[in-house]
Amino acid sequence: MNLSPTKTGPGEIRGDHKVVASLVPQGARVLDIGSEDGALLDLLTRDRQVDGRGIELSQEGVNRCVARGLSVIQGDADTDLSDYPDRAFDVAILSQTLQATRAPKQVMSELLRIGKEVIVSIPNFAHWRNRAQLLFRGSMPVTKYLPYEWYDTPNIHFCSLRDFVALCHELDADVEKAVALSGKGNKIPINAPWWVWNIVAEQAVFLLKR
Amino acid sequence: MSADRANSAATEDLKASEVETPSSKLVRFSADEALELDSGVRLGPWQIAYETYGELNADKTNAVVVCHALTGDQYAASTNPVTGKPGWWSLMVGPGRPIDTNHYFVICANVLGGCLGTTGPATLNPLTGAPYGLDLPVVTIRDMVRAQARLLDHLEIETLFAVIGGSMGGMQVLQWAVNYPERVFAAVPIAAAARHTSQNIAFHEVGRQAIMADPDWRAGNYIQEGVRPTKGLAIARMAAHVTYMSDESLHQKFGRNLQDRDHLTFGFDADFQIESYLRHQGMTFVDRFDANSYLYVTRAMDYFDLAQEFGGSLPNAFKDTRTRFCVMSFTSDWLFPTSESRQVVKALNAAAANVSFVEIESDRGHDSFLLDVPEMFQTISGFITGAARARGLPAPGEEVEPRS
Repeated sequence: MNLSPTKTGPGEIRGDHKVVASLVPQGARVLDIGSEDGALLDLLTRDRQVDGRGIELSQEGVNRCVARGLSVIQGDADTDLSDYPDRAFDVAILSQTLQATRAPKQVMSELLRIGKEVIVSIPNFAHWRNRAQLLFRGSMPVTKYLPYEWYDTPNIHFCSLRDFVALCHELDADVEKAVALSGKGNKIPINAPWWVWNIVAEQAVFLLKR
Repeated sequence: MSADRANSAATEDLKASEVETPSSKLVRFSADEALELDSGVRLGPWQIAYETYGELNADKTNAVVVCHALTGDQYAASTNPVTGKPGWWSLMVGPGRPIDTNHYFVICANVLGGCLGTTGPATLNPLTGAPYGLDLPVVTIRDMVRAQARLLDHLEIETLFAVIGGSMGGMQVLQWAVNYPERVFAAVPIAAAARHTSQNIAFHEVGRQAIMADPDWRAGNYIQEGVRPTKGLAIARMAAHVTYMSDESLHQKFGRNLQDRDHLTFGFDADFQIESYLRHQGMTFVDRFDANSYLYVTRAMDYFDLAQEFGGSLPNAFKDTRTRFCVMSFTSDWLFPTSESRQVVKALNAAAANVSFVEIESDRGHDSFLLDVPEMFQTISGFITGAARARGLPAPGEEVEPRS
């Protein structure tokens, strides 16, 4: 399932993937949850020489991943993370998937259990365009990067960056690093306090530890 | 004698010679080199018949073992000497195929208990000079794998790049990975399970009872008595064959169509095409397979329970494994359904193993793994290429040293 707000052409590397890759240590043991077609896992395998595994919800995506030589299983972040032992991976990655899970808090807590480090990328529902649509039009936001109508969106648990950070605190996870990104996946090159990011960033990547 | 009967007798002679001196390669082990079986019996002398395809590389890192299913044989990619038909997995194994014999050295051995050259119930018992019949000790999947490991020792191949097989072949793959983890780099169990289910044991029991109810079975001594339980074996095959297909594929292929007639006959002839098809499947099967072998090999599958020797814990069976797995199932397979493969995947995850899992969309039931299912080929090619890269082998499509 491709939930990413960022679309790329063939052979092009997604901005948020570049950011995630920069946070993954060389040769790490990695679990990528929501592997889609395997683009991130492939990047990590080639550029960071990771020992990578993936979980992907759609069978079509899984088949594509395995056909390109990646170790991916069909599975569901909501139900299948409990199969893995504690600290089984150096890094557990959840990219653009948290908002589509049924129990995000539970998923986060499983991630923090099986990964020594956790990288999560999420779309920011509190981006100014979304705020503006809600405020002025009074309707659920539909933007270039969040293209679904409220009734057919797979994104059932949206949050803002602020909400996400609050959840991390609740789960005793330290935010080691946070990178704000535009919809296209470019880093937003400003040094600003949290509340600014929560308005201008369309998505963000977090590195967490517990 | 009708031409049919003469033909069948000729097949019978050919089959008999394949038992002792198969057309394929063969290794004989003496009584001193006995095989220790799960039943506690030491089997020796014994022999194992096998075929190879492709060439072993200098550092012996490109060997692939292909494990065959219940009624398969060592002729995975070459003509079967009894039927004259192409190898049962010619679509999968060969030059340019997913298991590319331009790159890999493929070994496929007839299973222990089989009837095409590896020691089985039709083999002559050295103590009596007559076929073993039911005097052959019951063998298990683990015994089959032990026999293959002994073959590899003989060929001086220490590690396998991959072990691949479907159905009972997949059971052997799992057993290989569990009992010889250091010898298996990659494992591909297709349409398999970590244990044989109650339902599957039930189907096998129906088949065995059909064979044993045939008056020509003669308590297993039919070869000595010059008869064959063809009716019983054919019925066993008919019942089993239904389990290899799906309702959907039967419906598409035959529906309720009548066979060579316009009306129901109000009798018990093969009115329906499906009946005629099954009868044909049964009759052709008896020409190539030994009834006692069918008893032994089905029994081996029934006894299969991978977790048993690990206190019932499947994750423990895979503890610390470094093997890369690619587990595969088919949507319409109700004999070895996806849920069984998922159990294996769950256990592998719990062992933090390197695992891929693919469920292939196919309406052709359990037999899908033997058929032309392009998505299966793509996935296996991809997995093997990825594994080859990890193993430092030149993968298909990549540069290879020209042979001098």
